[in-house]
Amino acid sequence: MVELPLTDMAIYLLAATRWTLLLAAIAFLGGGIGALLLLLLRYGRPKLGSRVLLLYVELFQGTPLLLQLFLVFFGLPLVGIDVSPLLAAGIALTLYASAFLAEIWRGCVDAIPRGQWDASGALGLNFLLQMRYVVLPQALRIAVAPTVGFLTQLVKATALSSIVGFEELTKAGQIVSNATFRPLLVYALVALIYFALCYPLTFCARLLERKLSQSR
Amino acid sequence: MGYQLDFGALAGYLGLFLEGLGVTLGLTAIAASLGVGLSIGGAATARWGRGWARALVLAYVELIRNTPFIVQMFFIFFGLPALGVKLTALEAAVLAMTINLTAYTIEILRAGIEAVPKGQHEAGAALGIRPSSVFIWVVMPQALANVYPALVSQIVITMLESAVVSQIAVTDLTHVADLIQSRTYRAFETYFVITVVYLVLAVALRRLLVRAGRRLFAGR
Repeated sequence: MVELPLTDMAIYLLAATRWTLLLAAIAFLGGGIGALLLLLLRYGRPKLGSRVLLLYVELFQGTPLLLQLFLVFFGLPLVGIDVSPLLAAGIALTLYASAFLAEIWRGCVDAIPRGQWDASGALGLNFLLQMRYVVLPQALRIAVAPTVGFLTQLVKATALSSIVGFEELTKAGQIVSNATFRPLLVYALVALIYFALCYPLTFCARLLERKLSQSR
Repeated sequence: MGYQLDFGALAGYLGLFLEGLGVTLGLTAIAASLGVGLSIGGAATARWGRGWARALVLAYVELIRNTPFIVQMFFIFFGLPALGVKLTALEAAVLAMTINLTAYTIEILRAGIEAVPKGQHEAGAALGIRPSSVFIWVVMPQALANVYPALVSQIVITMLESAVVSQIAVTDLTHVADLIQSRTYRAFETYFVITVVYLVLAVALRRLLVRAGRRLFAGR
């Protein structure tokens, strides 16, 4: 058992929080790119794309994130790729975020009136130009609020990477708790830090949503 | 390279697997019933309760929705004994899942109650029905019908998230997978099979609940 003053505990936990943030950032960036690719397929090749999207979303929203993590963590070494916990968690969370973001953004693109596609098509824009200059800019406006809301979910999801040994906030909490025998205090602190990360996001999402619904 | 997938090694663990399946389904069923039941009270309090009670419910909802489930569970299982509350892993899992689900379903039901036209309350009052009876027999059934699809989604999410309870050694499906892979050294195959089982469970649970909803809210 180690005696640690509260400030030292807090500093240790806060230092580990950067890894939580890094992982969330990686997953958001990777997930954003993945979702964008899925959407391009969905609207560029509607027949094949909508099937692929449906299947992908069902697979990743219909299975536990923990097991997705395990499959990446234990699966990649089988094909000869040695993975660090950060890489495994980054890949798993990217795949996971792709599914959710694609589903959210699909709803936003679907909300763009058919006439926008028709008009831009009539003006001679090809599919990629339509997406880039007409559809996505408009979809982006409605997508901001739910996307920020999803960030909360993503930050919370990074906690599971502690199980494959990535030393982020939750793992740091386990370490400090085991060393000091003060689980009540430590996990309360951990929860507080997560809350401090997530609540502003939730709050922003709500604010943006209200703004958007007023401007209509 | 040269790794041969071998699913045959898993065949001898059917009994263990069924046990885990039972635990996962049981946990989900208990958390879902308790959670939905409690959130009816919670949502009513958030809507009509006294100031302090409302603030309490709203604070609870925000606190739970903005922290990870695994941390809530660790707090309950490892933290509460320091306050003299000793729970078995299974009790801690049920408690954590219920507390977690309730926060989300309160938020869902609140939206459902908001969506019930005001005239329904007024008509109930005009007929001389007690406010509590109006809530139970007039408003709540409509609110539940309004948000039933969202409730179903949340229950499915809770079932999937229950995989995390394996981390406090509750013998659910995922924990069974942990056991099997540690005995067979077939981690990927084991987790792959269990993942497929979760997928089937998620699809089946959703279908079942949607069908039940059609019966329950027939004619609405």
